[in-house]
Amino acid sequence: MTINGREYEFDKPMTVLDTARKVGIYIPTLCYHPRITQNGSCRMCLVEIEGQRLLQTACTTYIRDGMKLWTHSERVKAAVRHNLELLRMIHPDDCQTCEVNGRCELQDLLQRFGVERTIDYYGNAVDILDESSPAIRRDLEKCVKCFRCVKACEEIQDLSVYAMIKRGHYEYPATAFDAPVYNTVCVGCGQCSFVCPVGAITEKPDWRKVLELLEDGDKVVIVQTAPATRVAIAEEFGAEPGTISTGKMVAALRRLGFDYVFDTNFGADLTIVEEGNEFVERVNKGGPFPMFTSCCPAWVNYAEKVFPWVTKHLSSARSPHMMLGAIAKTYFADKIGKKPEDIVVVSIMPCTAKKDEILRDQLIIDGWQPVDYVLTTRELGKLIRLKGIPFMSLPEEDYDHPLGVSTGAAAIFGVTGGVMEAALRTAYEVITGETLPKVEFDEVRGLDGVRDATIKIGDKEVKIAVVHGLKNTEMLLKKMERGEVFYHFVEVMACPGGCIGGGGQPKSLDPDVIRKRAEAIYEIDEMMELRKSHENPAIKQLYKEFLKKPLGELSEKLLHTHYRDRSKEYLNLWKYYEKERVS
Amino acid sequence: MKIKVAADPKSVLEGSLEIANYFGYLSGVHHVQVDVERDANLGSCVGGILVDVGGEKYRVKDKKEAARLFVQGVILRKKVEDLVVKKVLPPEEARITQEVPIVKRNFGKYRDIDGYISLGGYEALKKALKMKPEKVVEEVKNSGLRGRGGAGFPTGLKWESALKEKSSEKFVVCNADEGEPGTFKDRVIIEEDPHALIEGMIISAYAVGASKGYIYIRGEYSDVAENLKKAISEAYDKGFLGEDILGSGFDFELVLRFGGGSYIAGEETALLESIEGRAARSRFKPPYPTQKGLFGKPTVVNNVETLVKVPWIILNGAEQYKKYGTESSPGTKLFSICGKANKRVVVELPLGVTLREIVYAYGEGVYGEGELAMVQTGGKAGTFVSKEKIDVKLDFDAVKEGVSLGSGAIVLIDDKSTFLDIALNVIEFFEHESCGKCTPCREGMFLMKKIVSKMVEEGKIDYDALQEIERIVLIMKDSSLCGLGQSVHNPMISLIRMLERGEVA
Ligand SMILES: Cc1cc2nc3c(=O)[nH]c(=O)nc-3n(C[C@H](O)[C@H](O)[C@H](O)COP(=O)(O)O)c2cc1C
Ligand code: SF4
Ligand code: SF4
Ligand code: SF4
Ligand code: SF4
Repeated sequence: MTINGREYEFDKPMTVLDTARKVGIYIPTLCYHPRITQNGSCRMCLVEIEGQRLLQTACTTYIRDGMKLWTHSERVKAAVRHNLELLRMIHPDDCQTCEVNGRCELQDLLQRFGVERTIDYYGNAVDILDESSPAIRRDLEKCVKCFRCVKACEEIQDLSVYAMIKRGHYEYPATAFDAPVYNTVCVGCGQCSFVCPVGAITEKPDWRKVLELLEDGDKVVIVQTAPATRVAIAEEFGAEPGTISTGKMVAALRRLGFDYVFDTNFGADLTIVEEGNEFVERVNKGGPFPMFTSCCPAWVNYAEKVFPWVTKHLSSARSPHMMLGAIAKTYFADKIGKKPEDIVVVSIMPCTAKKDEILRDQLIIDGWQPVDYVLTTRELGKLIRLKGIPFMSLPEEDYDHPLGVSTGAAAIFGVTGGVMEAALRTAYEVITGETLPKVEFDEVRGLDGVRDATIKIGDKEVKIAVVHGLKNTEMLLKKMERGEVFYHFVEVMACPGGCIGGGGQPKSLDPDVIRKRAEAIYEIDEMMELRKSHENPAIKQLYKEFLKKPLGELSEKLLHTHYRDRSKEYLNLWKYYEKERVS
Repeated sequence: MKIKVAADPKSVLEGSLEIANYFGYLSGVHHVQVDVERDANLGSCVGGILVDVGGEKYRVKDKKEAARLFVQGVILRKKVEDLVVKKVLPPEEARITQEVPIVKRNFGKYRDIDGYISLGGYEALKKALKMKPEKVVEEVKNSGLRGRGGAGFPTGLKWESALKEKSSEKFVVCNADEGEPGTFKDRVIIEEDPHALIEGMIISAYAVGASKGYIYIRGEYSDVAENLKKAISEAYDKGFLGEDILGSGFDFELVLRFGGGSYIAGEETALLESIEGRAARSRFKPPYPTQKGLFGKPTVVNNVETLVKVPWIILNGAEQYKKYGTESSPGTKLFSICGKANKRVVVELPLGVTLREIVYAYGEGVYGEGELAMVQTGGKAGTFVSKEKIDVKLDFDAVKEGVSLGSGAIVLIDDKSTFLDIALNVIEFFEHESCGKCTPCREGMFLMKKIVSKMVEEGKIDYDALQEIERIVLIMKDSSLCGLGQSVHNPMISLIRMLERGEVA
């Protein structure tokens, strides 16, 4: 086939878009996103194909033998430019204060094609500003109607929180009855904000508050970073996905003015010790099974809202950053002579749902919140850029002690299957009292939607499953309800690939982004000297000096929680419809 | 006193209605009380229009002669010797192109399934079930039948590609959404001959190997849908639907679905989305419905009129069908005549008939004060055809001359309508009906409406803005996702051309 007059040969069927990208030919896109199926609606990836009367979209057309096509003919360019003019017609000039300024696909396209405001600004037909959710913010005046959020929520999570309603110019991605998104079944995973090409859906921005805190606060500000941020943050500065930049990130956080830089991986090790012991206890007591992991707050929301029976099976262990927050405000505060009120804990997370999690009533301890702010990886990138910190040329620095010490088991929390693998490493040794012959559990690795295995621990056979994406989860839970499958222990992560594919991670159009980040995570694990959570010396010391024993009294207070059935709460959405009709 | 003016199609073509109007005018001017009657059965004559004044037959060629006849024959009550005709042609011979009742074969002839069967109904089904599916497809292919929903895709080819698909399940869908303003042929069929539609669907399902069919009917047709519902349950009772139809081992289930009333739901892929329970928005093609249609399975979507022709073709054979119409467009087509037409009817004529005949012979010209200025053919997204081009032959090739056949809508527009009226009407419709999926159509329609509304407000035509509109619709054509955005250039550009030629003000 020929592209732009040059001959190429390919041996497998691919879309024209993939083909062009493979050989380095740029084709603009706006509604196409590798995480969802094609919509073919933005009409940016137009190409001219010999023998076709009209222009065709590269994302939906497959290459054929002898095909002749042009990607940048005058006809193509005229159409793309015109379609961009039309989008500009409905898009406000708010870039200066927009959350995604500089990281916006529309801005890039307008820039690239030099599209001025040749058509008057008529405003968007919708100007809903929905700040109801602590996780995501919707500013629909900026919506370019690309359908990505609708498809992401439907195809990844099967929650279909949004649907495109109305027709023509007046359409927009609406929640049922235009209810505030927080009151719908939305679990706050942020996948919609990850795929939104513009600033119409973003994380709920909290970075400005943190900036103020750092610039003129008088409190001790502690920051912790999740396992998955270190393999993604560099993408905010143009690096390849999967670039490990732990040390540079720590250095940047110090330059931003945080007093202590801790590692959520410490919290992850602690989680494994607590959750692993909880599991061992259940194994010894004979149930209740299955036990589900509870470190993904979007999954916890989902269980509470959609499958309330699951709440009785969730591990009571808090998520790692909540554990670290609680320890920082007690054990560590004591060490530096402070009270919980004097300390502010900020978590840097790949996740938007964690912004929602920290506000849960059940997690408040004696009136204080273990974590005060959650910033996404993207927000951290923005802070670093705003402060002019030259991220890529920073030296590598280490986390502060003692809450910065961690093992390889904690590192893999960031990828689907990681929590399971980490738990198995510990559970095996606790149950059998022997050393694991091989630390890697290949059965739980990989990116298949659902993976299950039967693991022999001593004389016991443990059936486990690992699942990511709530659509896959829904299918698995329904199978459990029908009694088709049985497991002892199930790990669930709401986002594709686990936290590395989290809704707060740097936006990316690289179809392999999840795989690349996952490889980096396993690389970190391999580089660690200690690879089992219960071997973490700082954890051992913590138990000795403070907590005494796993599942002990202090642990229960600081490190465990409970859940409630919220399945009735979001059902009554038509009241928003009634309200609208009354006014 | 009574004046009868011949109103048979041939006379109408020659302008008899204008003469009739003129007599009315004269009676007003001269304050003479006369009854002017248009009589389709008066017969006609050669070289003029037949007029009957008090039992005497005259031939008038133009208004000048009509005026003379009025003064001498009506007012003075004399015989006007030089206008008298001797030989009057009987009415049947006068009609140039006769209606051919293929679709209309059973109209008004039966009330229930027994009536239909006594007219030879379901015989085609029996015949088809004895044939191999490939043979049925072959027959339809040979007939040259092309889709009557608007796009004119060869029906046999469509069936063939669905037949070739390997799948555990296939569907046939009847498109009875008929959202096209000015088109009401499918409604008439469902009212008059629901069983032929059902029979056509069963045959199509048998031909492509489908086990389930949907009739997607627009919500506003709930009254005639009752008729269809009744017919479907009758067909179930008689064993034409359901399991093991007529002992052939072939099962087919048929259900009715109601549309929500949007125009775009008539587009086949949007229709499938709607049946699946989503908002009606077009899908990109390929994959075509015959490859991945309803619920991802191979699906054949056909218009009502297309399907109703199928039993006739199976019974009478492809060759018989090809006797009507033209080489490229065999057979007959239903035309819905409306707008300013004197007579709003559905007529069935062989393809290749001239627009003039449809307008004058069957629609009987325009009513009211104005005169015919143009005709919009093919539906809202069809072209405007000026009076000058009215002799064009209507078939699927007419697009080459800038005349769309589309769904067979013939909308008469008189010279009282201005360019801005018509343009605003078109663009308001499409701005309202764009499904909103793709950028060029969604925002382009909105922008055009703004531009035209501004001109309407200011009351004058801005020629620069018209150039902008041309650019918008051409890029819309080139880059839109579905047939809606791809065809709006038809009305807009043909209208602008007429404005430039001074054929509309
Ligand atoms: C905007 C739009 C509206 C349409 N509306 C109708 C309709 O109301 N009825 C119909 O039969 N076909 C309609 N069509 C054509 C269908 O997409 C499709 O071509 C047709 O149903 C195929 O059947 P046929 O091959 O028998 O014509 C429409 C097409 C477009 C692009
Ligand atoms: S979404 Fe993009 S183009 Fe729109 S205001 Fe924000 S940065 Fe600018
Ligand atoms: S945050 Fe997740 S659940 Fe909520 S609307 Fe977005 S994608 Fe759906
Ligand atoms: S909110 Fe964002 S992702 Fe959703 S349709 Fe609008 S621009 Fe696309
Ligand atoms: S062309 Fe118009 S109707 Fe068709 S998909 Fe695009 S927006 Fe919808």
